[in-house]
Amino acid sequence: MLKLEARPQPSGLMSWASPLLALALTVLIGIALFMLLGKDPVRGLQLFFVEPVKDARAWGELSIKAVPLVLIALGLAVCFRSNVWNIGAEGQFILGALGAGWMAMQAGPDSSRWIVLPILLAGVLGGMLWAGITALLRDRFNANEILVSLMLVYVAELLLGYLVYGPWKDPQGFNFPQTITFAAATKIPRLIDGLRANIGVLIALGAVVAAWLFLFRTYAGFQLQVGGLAPLAARYAGFSSRGALWTALLLSGGAAGLAGALEAVGPLGQLTPHVPAGYGFAAIIVAFVGRLHPGGIALSAILMSMFFIGGELAQSRLGLPKSITGVFQGLLLFSLLACDTLIHYRLRWQRGARAAAAAATAQRSA
Amino acid sequence: MEALALLLAATLNAGTVLAIAALGLLINERAGILNLGAEGMMLVAAIAGFATAVHTGSDVLAFGAGALAGALLAAAFGALVIWLNTNQYATGLALSLFGAGFSAFVGIRYTQEKLPERARFEIPGLADLPFVGPAFFKQHPMVYLAIALAMALAWFLYRSRAGLVVRAVGESPESAHALGYPVRRIRLAAVMAGGALCGLAGAYVSVIYTPLWVEGMIAGKGWIALALTTFATWRPARVLLGAYLFGGVTMLQFHLQGEGVEVASQLLTMLPYLATVLVLVLISRNPTWIRANMPASLGKPFFPGS
Repeated sequence: MLKLEARPQPSGLMSWASPLLALALTVLIGIALFMLLGKDPVRGLQLFFVEPVKDARAWGELSIKAVPLVLIALGLAVCFRSNVWNIGAEGQFILGALGAGWMAMQAGPDSSRWIVLPILLAGVLGGMLWAGITALLRDRFNANEILVSLMLVYVAELLLGYLVYGPWKDPQGFNFPQTITFAAATKIPRLIDGLRANIGVLIALGAVVAAWLFLFRTYAGFQLQVGGLAPLAARYAGFSSRGALWTALLLSGGAAGLAGALEAVGPLGQLTPHVPAGYGFAAIIVAFVGRLHPGGIALSAILMSMFFIGGELAQSRLGLPKSITGVFQGLLLFSLLACDTLIHYRLRWQRGARAAAAAATAQRSA
Repeated sequence: MEALALLLAATLNAGTVLAIAALGLLINERAGILNLGAEGMMLVAAIAGFATAVHTGSDVLAFGAGALAGALLAAAFGALVIWLNTNQYATGLALSLFGAGFSAFVGIRYTQEKLPERARFEIPGLADLPFVGPAFFKQHPMVYLAIALAMALAWFLYRSRAGLVVRAVGESPESAHALGYPVRRIRLAAVMAGGALCGLAGAYVSVIYTPLWVEGMIAGKGWIALALTTFATWRPARVLLGAYLFGGVTMLQFHLQGEGVEVASQLLTMLPYLATVLVLVLISRNPTWIRANMPASLGKPFFPGS
């Protein structure tokens, strides 16, 4: 039978191969699922892996999804590397959108284009504030950050609902739960005319580089990672675990807030109850599939955006529910975690105990 | 007075969902496994139960389907964390994310379905008593079952040999292994039992509590149940108490809305989530106390022979 055997050293090869293996597994299950639903699997795969990247326009759409995923996942990578389990990025994203939305509503028809800067800053601060609550409660009262950050997602969703149904509702909006459409000056600039891609792409690319520098080229980043890998060693070296907690949560909250701000004044242009689109949760998968490495995260964010767009296409063209995206995302993370076992263990074919004993007896009698 | 009786009745009903799920999670946490997938299991069980109720009309079958769905998902989770030693946090999250997506995917054709009028239950004689009758004796049988379950679980954990073994596995898997107990199989059984109970709770939500299917309808109850086990310092009776407390907070918001309190409904709906945070803060303030009560190997992988 197959048996797991601990490797003397983690396999470097497997840590790169595992995400690809996991993707292959997910695709196989996807093919089975399409066949089960009576849909042509080739057509299905095309919607997920060809259509979203077929031309410049498609890449523009892809970037709209990939930018928030990259930003949030980078922050989460810092958290997870420091063993801080922030899973409430969705809530921090919403607060970012709220901060940015509030600032954008202050703009009038003659505001300068530079208002985009305070808008994005307000988003960052909103996200930081929300993550800061989690950090404070963990730091002062030892409250579990997983549960607190997650509970705050629900609170953020309800806060958004309260604002767009109540005080922030557009008086001329025919009673729809939405804010006013933000003034034209608040709209973040697009990269190329005709494509929906905006300067968020540049911000995300900058963030990838910044995160890499922070994690692998600064002393603070090093301290965080030691704290995550070996808390006792970090304490012995005098690295502050409280500092690491605050840094990780504020960084990731700020990044998620920035993503929310870019969403609010980018593709959305107003606040509605549909601001949260699941980026905060999908980014957890992006971070793991990208090996918590900035470069890997950029690639896996593109993959995850293909899942999002593929799901939308599957809805419009195959009549499948859009939530098929969530099924594939969950499957991908499951397969990844299973494949990751091969980094620390290898599979060995071992004869069953009884067969081995029989062989030993045979040898002895011979 | 009558309003208070109804509020008490509703509190028991809301608390039952949390109690069943949290008692299930208590079993696997006592065996050392933390399953963050509770929300996902409850969602899948909710749609499994609802679909079964729509097609068969039988509540018992619906509960069975929910429990089965929960146990199967828990088995997948268990296989990964117990045999492949994957990170319990990440794997539980994967289960929650998968469950949310999967339940929405298969549930889409049930969003318009309705279940027929539910039968009303009451305990003959006692139900006619003033005040206590409507408050305590006109409940769905599952409400009483949850109480029985808490008592049975307390007996099992502290008075039975098998319960002692489960606790030993959770406190020190190495010692249990050295004594010859199949640690991993015991853990899998505990995880599946936990999944089955989470599933039962999920099916109760969609079949009895709010008899319909809406995407994401568990709305954090799985996560609140996870918080409850910490709040209860891993003791069945306290889980029950905590569940009713949270049931009360949930019902209080509807009660306040009914009373015409001038606060937006969204702010009132925040109450259970804020209460969870508050309770976590109060209970976790003293880390030594939590550590003294927490199963010692909770969340840590065990690989025999390493």
